[in-house]
Amino acid sequence: MSLLDLVIFLPLIGFLALLLVPRGAPGMSRTAALGISLVIFLVSLGLLGPYWFAQPTGYTFSTDIPWISTPTIRYHVGLDGLSLWLILLTTLLTPICIVISWKYIQNRVKEYFAFLLLLEFGLIGVFVALDLFLFYVFWEITLVPMYFLIGIWGHDRRIYAAVKFFLYTMAGSVLMLAAMIYLYNRSGSFDFTIIQSMIQTGRLSLSWEEQILLFLAFFIAFAIKVPLFPLHTWLPDAHVEAPTAGSVMLASVMLKMGCYGLIRFCLPLFPNAARSCSGWINALAITGIIYGALVAMVQPNMKKLVAYSSVSHLGFVVLGIFSFTQQGMDGAVYQMLNHGISTGGLFIMVGYLYERRHSLEIKSFGGVATPAPNLSTVFLITTLASIGLPLLNNFIGEFLVLQGAATVNFSWTVFAAIGVILSAVYMLWMYQRVIYGRATEDLAHHMPDLSGREWAAMLPLLVLMVWMGSFSQSFLPPISAQTAKILEQSKVGVDFRVSVKNPAPVLSSAVENKETGSAAR
Amino acid sequence: MNLWLIPIFPLLGSAINGVFGRRLPKQVVNLVAVGSVLLSFLWVLKTLSAAWPLESAVKESYFTWIQSGNLQIGCDLMVDRLTAVMLLVVTGVGALIHIYAIGYMAHEGGYYRFFSYLNLFMFFMLVLVLGANFLLLFVGWEGVGLCSYLLIGFYFLEKFAGDAGKKAFIVNRIGDFGFSLAMFLIFVNFGTLDFGRVFTSAKSMTPEAGVGVITVICLLLMVGAAGKSAQLPLYVWLPDAMAGPTPVSALIHAATMVTAGVYMVTRSAALFHLAPVAMNVVAIIGLATAFFAATIGLVQNDIKKVYAYSTVSQLGYMFLGCGAGAFSAGIFHVMTHAFFKALLFLGAGSVIHACAGEQDLRYMGGLRKYTPITMITLLCASVAIAGVPPFSGFFSKDEILAAAYEHAPWMYWVGVFTAGMTAFYVFRAFFLAFAGQYRGPNPHAAGHGHGDDHGHGHGKPHESPLVMTVPLMILAIGSLAGGFINIPKWLEPMYPLAEGPENHMLVYISVAAGLIGIAIAFFLYVVKPSLAESLASALSGPYKLLYNKYFVDEVYDATIVHPLEEGSRTVLWRGVDAGVIDGTVNGVGARARGMGNVLRLLQGGNIGGYAAWVVLGSLLVILYVGLGVGR
Repeated sequence: MSLLDLVIFLPLIGFLALLLVPRGAPGMSRTAALGISLVIFLVSLGLLGPYWFAQPTGYTFSTDIPWISTPTIRYHVGLDGLSLWLILLTTLLTPICIVISWKYIQNRVKEYFAFLLLLEFGLIGVFVALDLFLFYVFWEITLVPMYFLIGIWGHDRRIYAAVKFFLYTMAGSVLMLAAMIYLYNRSGSFDFTIIQSMIQTGRLSLSWEEQILLFLAFFIAFAIKVPLFPLHTWLPDAHVEAPTAGSVMLASVMLKMGCYGLIRFCLPLFPNAARSCSGWINALAITGIIYGALVAMVQPNMKKLVAYSSVSHLGFVVLGIFSFTQQGMDGAVYQMLNHGISTGGLFIMVGYLYERRHSLEIKSFGGVATPAPNLSTVFLITTLASIGLPLLNNFIGEFLVLQGAATVNFSWTVFAAIGVILSAVYMLWMYQRVIYGRATEDLAHHMPDLSGREWAAMLPLLVLMVWMGSFSQSFLPPISAQTAKILEQSKVGVDFRVSVKNPAPVLSSAVENKETGSAAR
Repeated sequence: MNLWLIPIFPLLGSAINGVFGRRLPKQVVNLVAVGSVLLSFLWVLKTLSAAWPLESAVKESYFTWIQSGNLQIGCDLMVDRLTAVMLLVVTGVGALIHIYAIGYMAHEGGYYRFFSYLNLFMFFMLVLVLGANFLLLFVGWEGVGLCSYLLIGFYFLEKFAGDAGKKAFIVNRIGDFGFSLAMFLIFVNFGTLDFGRVFTSAKSMTPEAGVGVITVICLLLMVGAAGKSAQLPLYVWLPDAMAGPTPVSALIHAATMVTAGVYMVTRSAALFHLAPVAMNVVAIIGLATAFFAATIGLVQNDIKKVYAYSTVSQLGYMFLGCGAGAFSAGIFHVMTHAFFKALLFLGAGSVIHACAGEQDLRYMGGLRKYTPITMITLLCASVAIAGVPPFSGFFSKDEILAAAYEHAPWMYWVGVFTAGMTAFYVFRAFFLAFAGQYRGPNPHAAGHGHGDDHGHGHGKPHESPLVMTVPLMILAIGSLAGGFINIPKWLEPMYPLAEGPENHMLVYISVAAGLIGIAIAFFLYVVKPSLAESLASALSGPYKLLYNKYFVDEVYDATIVHPLEEGSRTVLWRGVDAGVIDGTVNGVGARARGMGNVLRLLQGGNIGGYAAWVVLGSLLVILYVGLGVGR
């Protein structure tokens, strides 16, 4: 039993323990949930140990024991630089979500917090499972609590949103499951590491058609989750209807399941297919970046605006992954974390505004700065992080993604960078309409400034925004080590190469430019 | 040499005032705000004296900021002779403006917030000029844009202030789009973003004859510079930026931030030397902006708007100098302009202060009796900008025009004509404010949509306190004598001066143009004031065109902003998203009797119960499939 197993199962234990709390004691449920989630967070910090001074090459904290004998399904989990930060993000956001729901949730309190812990269990499992079937089980487990969080504690159209969310995801995961079973039949194993090494060594060779179809089956499941344009329409509905904590977990962590799956499985298992599809995938990613931003710009509803901005931000992640460059991949993973923190922060702030005014419409605000200056400042910093201001977190991710894309195909970067302009347009416009101007009597009356509890939830995120933006070297090395490895793996058996022009050293670039110059002449 | 201390003092000042300012007494806020900038100024002096005569750059590396594959960006700061000029201008003029702001903002709400932003601006501006690679320069670049946004929108209760701030940020973002693309291309072609390494390898290349990759890089850099330094076609944000408090207009939108584009182009001179086409574009954009903005400045009635268009126009001169190859002349003009334009704005602030918030020149007049110090200092600034020898503007403008003549004689002539217009509009504003009789107060003062919320009760105009007038006097000395600081000579090791005999005729002509402009202004606004009005009504067509700034904002709104917004709403959101995609999804769902049935089922009763069925069902499917595929 490793530390990782503890981190995986503590939330499940917490979930079960919470169910035992008597129904009539909401205060006890809250305290218990917060206590458990904080303990989980502290324990999960121990996972940093092996990554503190050096970058281990393989998986750490692995456990590999049989679970089901026929078919052979194993409980195989392990940690690497790709999963490390995603797990810490999950364990950090869960207590934050409990804190922000402290007062807002008054009905079925126990079940609500229990579902949050169950969600944490599923999410952590997704990020560490190394057995395909185990991955699938965790993947589906996350659906259950999120479905209930939206369906029970959501707003007016919650059922429509919950069902849409569920069916969209199920449609994708059924394809994924089929592909997994196909792989099992061909390889005799569900174990990712075994299948991968079989593919690498050529013991399992898939025909071109098989590769493409299997890749697409996985890809569609993950792309729905990301969500990649045009598979994104479940997201705005789910966000608008979900309670704040649901939106935060959904945007910050659940969307990353899709991105994570692309990097973890799609690239190493089907490198040829992934590379040959990268053209149209990047076209969709860039379309999503611009489209999401433009649609966000005209939203009258704050949560919908932030939801569409996620479509735009996650386009950068996909573009980074499918640029097949070190910078692009590093940027993509960094951007996954950044988006978790800054968009999570935005949803929390929107939630605070909602609790004060019981409206998500931008037009029912205006002039918040006067009665609530602290709230406005925190909202501003979060907004600036989201639009990629340097020294805040998103900038590093966007910069690396765009730089990676530029080394492959400069026109991708040109179009994607338009999204950076547009993000300023929609975010600052919303900020102006909500925060600036003169407050009406009614608004000023119902707009207390941030409480201590509300500060407590946002402060860790604010610290991380600055820290990740100013000292990226605290976070990037484990990511880089892992993405370099995945890049190497996804080259296996490639009979063609995407022409990655390595930035030439100084001397040869001089020669090269002379050549360009003379060609122009 | 601990270069990092230079930007860190104002950052600390900003943090202290930002976090605790509300609870601190005003004197402490002042002390923190001004003290931090003064400390930074002193540290600049100490650094420069230690490194004197600064023949080679001093560079310090602190830590790796970003590392990914072969991309490595260090947090490195650097001082060379170019940086030294910028540092002195930024911290010196910055300190004066901070002191002035103590008096100017004394009665404003959000006092601590103002100084916190202003210090934050100093931090980013110093990072901008100290950064030793393109990305660090970009950090400062975006950061000053942020502070500009916050300070323009300082009077956030008024919608126009918020609008102006947002416009400034977004237009700057369009410029930054170009700048960042240039960076990506630099990295792709040079493998680094470090100034030293990029420029060293650039020096070993031969200039491009046509449009090659270096030309593209330079043009993209110029897009960035056009955004930050308010050049055509991205200048539209700067006149609106006058919605901010006047010290902000002086510091950010005249003396320092808007010259960042000139600094960046000058810094990248090694690249521009390889791209003659781009150089020519820079010169043409600069000249066109100088001319175009000066024509608008001729007829504006808001004193700050006159100076704002003047700033746009003078920045155009700087780019003309750079494009003509006289980078050091451009920086020379950055320095002299910092003196006289900061003084013009601060003087305007003092006038506005005197007239209880009035900014309209039509309701001023006769102020020479009430505000003599302001008048004399403003006169110093006006003769400096008009290019009257031997004051500062004369020297720097002369250098630029001489270089323009070498580059293309027609550019010289347009530049001279613009110099005449400059002298005219500056003295028009001067005479309207100080000559004749007092015409105020403004009958429509209430609800008048002016940028500055500055009111101090009514009554007679009055002179400003010493805390405001002393900075004016110091800047006046700079405006008069600043031209004797020979910047081109100082920068000669980095930017060699053009050889060749001086053409004295060119100097006489440009001085004459300035004097003629002053004379016309004197005639129209002092000798025969009625003539100006009849002239305006006789030429009402062109007058209206100029007065309304060629309707550029309206054109941008109609051709870009509005179509983008409406298109996104009706076509993308309602059409594609809700119509096509969701229509298809819901259609498929309904046809498969899936979604429709589930929906009806669930809406019927207990949600929890039915949802549990869905979950249970899916788990059963998982188990069935999982266990059933064994053999």
